[in-house]
Amino acid sequence: MEAFGLLVHGFAVLLTGKTLVLMMVGLVLGVFVGVLPGLGGPNGVAILLPLTFTMDPTSAIVMLSCIYWGALFGGAITSILFNIPGEAWSVATTFDGYPMAQQGRAAEALTAAFTSSFIGSLVAVLLITFLAPMISSFALKFGPPEFFAVYLLTFCSFVGLGREAKHKTVISMSLGLLLAGVGMDTVSGQLRMTFGSAELLRGINFLVAVIGLFGISEILLTMEERLALRGHAASISLRVVLSVWKDLPKYWVTLVRSSFIGCWLGITPGGAIAASFMGYNLAKRFAKDPESFGKGRIEGVFAPETAAHASGTSALLPMLALGIPGSGTAAILLGGLMVWGLNPGPLLFVEHKDFVWGLIASMYLGNVVGLALVLTTVPIFASILRVPFAAVAPMIVVSCAIGAYAIQNAMFDIWLMLGFGVVGYVFKKIGIPLAPFTLALVLGNRAEDAFRLSMIGSAGDLRVFWSNGLVGSITTLAIVLLFWPMIERLVGRIGQLRRPVKA
Amino acid sequence: MRIPVKAVGAATALLLSAPAFAGWEPTKPVEIVVAAGAGGASDQMARMMQAAIQKNNLMKQPMVVSLKGGASGAEALMYMKSSEGDPNKVLIAYSLIYMLPLSAKIPFNWRELTPVSVIALDQFVLWDNSAGPKTVKEFVEAAKAASSPFKMGGTGSKREDHVLTVFLEQKTGAKFSYLPYKSGGEAATQLVGNHTESNVNNPSENLEVWRAGQVRPLCVFDKERISYTSKVTETQSWADVPTCKEEGVDVQYLMLRAMFLPGKVTPEQQAFYVELFQKVTQTPEYKEYMEKQALKPIFLTGKDMVKFLEEDEALNKSLMTEAGFVAK
Repeated sequence: MEAFGLLVHGFAVLLTGKTLVLMMVGLVLGVFVGVLPGLGGPNGVAILLPLTFTMDPTSAIVMLSCIYWGALFGGAITSILFNIPGEAWSVATTFDGYPMAQQGRAAEALTAAFTSSFIGSLVAVLLITFLAPMISSFALKFGPPEFFAVYLLTFCSFVGLGREAKHKTVISMSLGLLLAGVGMDTVSGQLRMTFGSAELLRGINFLVAVIGLFGISEILLTMEERLALRGHAASISLRVVLSVWKDLPKYWVTLVRSSFIGCWLGITPGGAIAASFMGYNLAKRFAKDPESFGKGRIEGVFAPETAAHASGTSALLPMLALGIPGSGTAAILLGGLMVWGLNPGPLLFVEHKDFVWGLIASMYLGNVVGLALVLTTVPIFASILRVPFAAVAPMIVVSCAIGAYAIQNAMFDIWLMLGFGVVGYVFKKIGIPLAPFTLALVLGNRAEDAFRLSMIGSAGDLRVFWSNGLVGSITTLAIVLLFWPMIERLVGRIGQLRRPVKA
Repeated sequence: MRIPVKAVGAATALLLSAPAFAGWEPTKPVEIVVAAGAGGASDQMARMMQAAIQKNNLMKQPMVVSLKGGASGAEALMYMKSSEGDPNKVLIAYSLIYMLPLSAKIPFNWRELTPVSVIALDQFVLWDNSAGPKTVKEFVEAAKAASSPFKMGGTGSKREDHVLTVFLEQKTGAKFSYLPYKSGGEAATQLVGNHTESNVNNPSENLEVWRAGQVRPLCVFDKERISYTSKVTETQSWADVPTCKEEGVDVQYLMLRAMFLPGKVTPEQQAFYVELFQKVTQTPEYKEYMEKQALKPIFLTGKDMVKFLEEDEALNKSLMTEAGFVAK
């Protein structure tokens, strides 16, 4: 109950006219940067960070975290309307969100995305509020073997639970892992696959690849087929919003499951990206009719969005409590904290109560205000679909290029993005799924480092992955998921043998 | 306020014997390039300078922090190298300028950049978990007696932390398995979580977990103790940490923190930054930061700096060669 009292105190710190104005400004800016592919949360926060140096720490963090919430909300918009993920973790949202927009249900999909973002964040904030001390000690249990087990679980769940042909998923994932190896290898300190090029030193940025693979390739496909965006004008009304909300209780299992996955991966820091994919795959696996996923099913929007936002929000916890950022944006916020003279770490919660609880209170308020803000602006975003393709396409390409450039201020990345656009086009034509590729590209490096550090630590003994209850159960679960289709068939057959008469 | 600032400027210009100092100043935002990831020691320092410059109005143009930590910082080096003649980029460098070209054959030499000033020296401390051995002697004995080698966490491979580990092995006879993490922050958390037995982090990287009583500083790798005597934890200050030499392990290493401009900038531009960073070192923000992070104050520029860099490079090269980290 102490937490509750502190939270009330936090709200008291927050509820001043100035803070509320900053909050609105932050949210609007955040939605804006979230909509532009690649610009996204981390860049938005980084650009605006210096503006806050003259503010007091609480106002500054409230504004920055509202940019973050805004970007989280905004990322869903382009995924659904144009099949271009504004943020990396919105990739899974495109699977069902975009088909829904094509069927003229854009408003419904957007409402679903915003609502589930809200639910995911809310669950994560509740978790932060009441479990902060316990959770930071849980995160400390993660050494290299545990991290590797989590990444393995993500990869395996993708192969085992994915809807595409298994060999195509594996091909796509292997290519991603290969490209993830470009650049400096942390463990040996040597360069790999850079071929003497200074541009390749920093490796292949995941976001550049995502913008090209999804955004540019989509434009190419659309150009080939017909010069029109395959979507219909969406009319949004309070009625649509309410009808989506009315159906929410039906999906409570999906929402709870995704919130759980998100919180877990956000804290451990597996990241929002892994969380959104895992949330989607599990929702599909446990659905009665997995076939209908990918064809515009509202659950396919709920699942990844809830997980991504639960994860994005809970990623702030290890940042505050341990000083390890769980996401890119959290890393920039971390830099900000230090400028304001606050050192993240176990003592932050003790020494700077005003700040910590003001921030937590702002998470509640920011989410509520953010939801209201994006819902009222849905008609504006949905109306983009009514603009002729010939006018929108160049704007999308330009915004993709700006996004790709802004990530590392490198011209080379724009060429890379265009290259990935062609690769994405070819992949779509020959039916190779893009998601495993992007997943491997983003997690490949970390998984490799974690594996090799585990091996150094255990002197090459693979049993380290079963050396304690935590890592053992994650690893076992990963392997079960990898062979899930076979296990399922086996279980089905045993079931048939036992009840032969009923069939 | 105006006059003393100008006086300092004039004095600096005289010191540099650069009569051409004609008041050049940046006309667009200045990028401060960090050769490490977010939240690391370099990033923290860059953000401190950004805030110090902005709060004290030391420059008309804003300063932006640009993180180029890719390829263990090589990205930043190549970026600076390719920005020849651009006076709006300034690198905050550390020992990677000597080590990366040796270990990973990065085509880079600090002589291709324009040295501005050395602004601090960073310490290295041997840390263990607060549940572990209490003194260096006990630690070394425990490491020798352990059935599998003690795990030593550090940042990157074939770098400062790794070199120190090799020398620690040579001087004590204990064996360590070195785990290269991506950042000092990660190495700190892994030590707290008992996934490693020790690390050789900079003071700033372990400061918070030390204050929380989760890790213990065993000794500092320097000839003398750290000078700051105000209490950091409830009972200890940085000055209470013994040197490794006192504890019978004669290993010393200090790391530079220095500012560089790209190559081929004009002397006026160089002079502007020399003056700027000299002013930064006089701000309360800088002084507070130095004390908090237990950095050694130093300010070298011009010929002194080049002399320092040459000697430091020779030292680093010999350490790297001895440790066997120089790529063939």
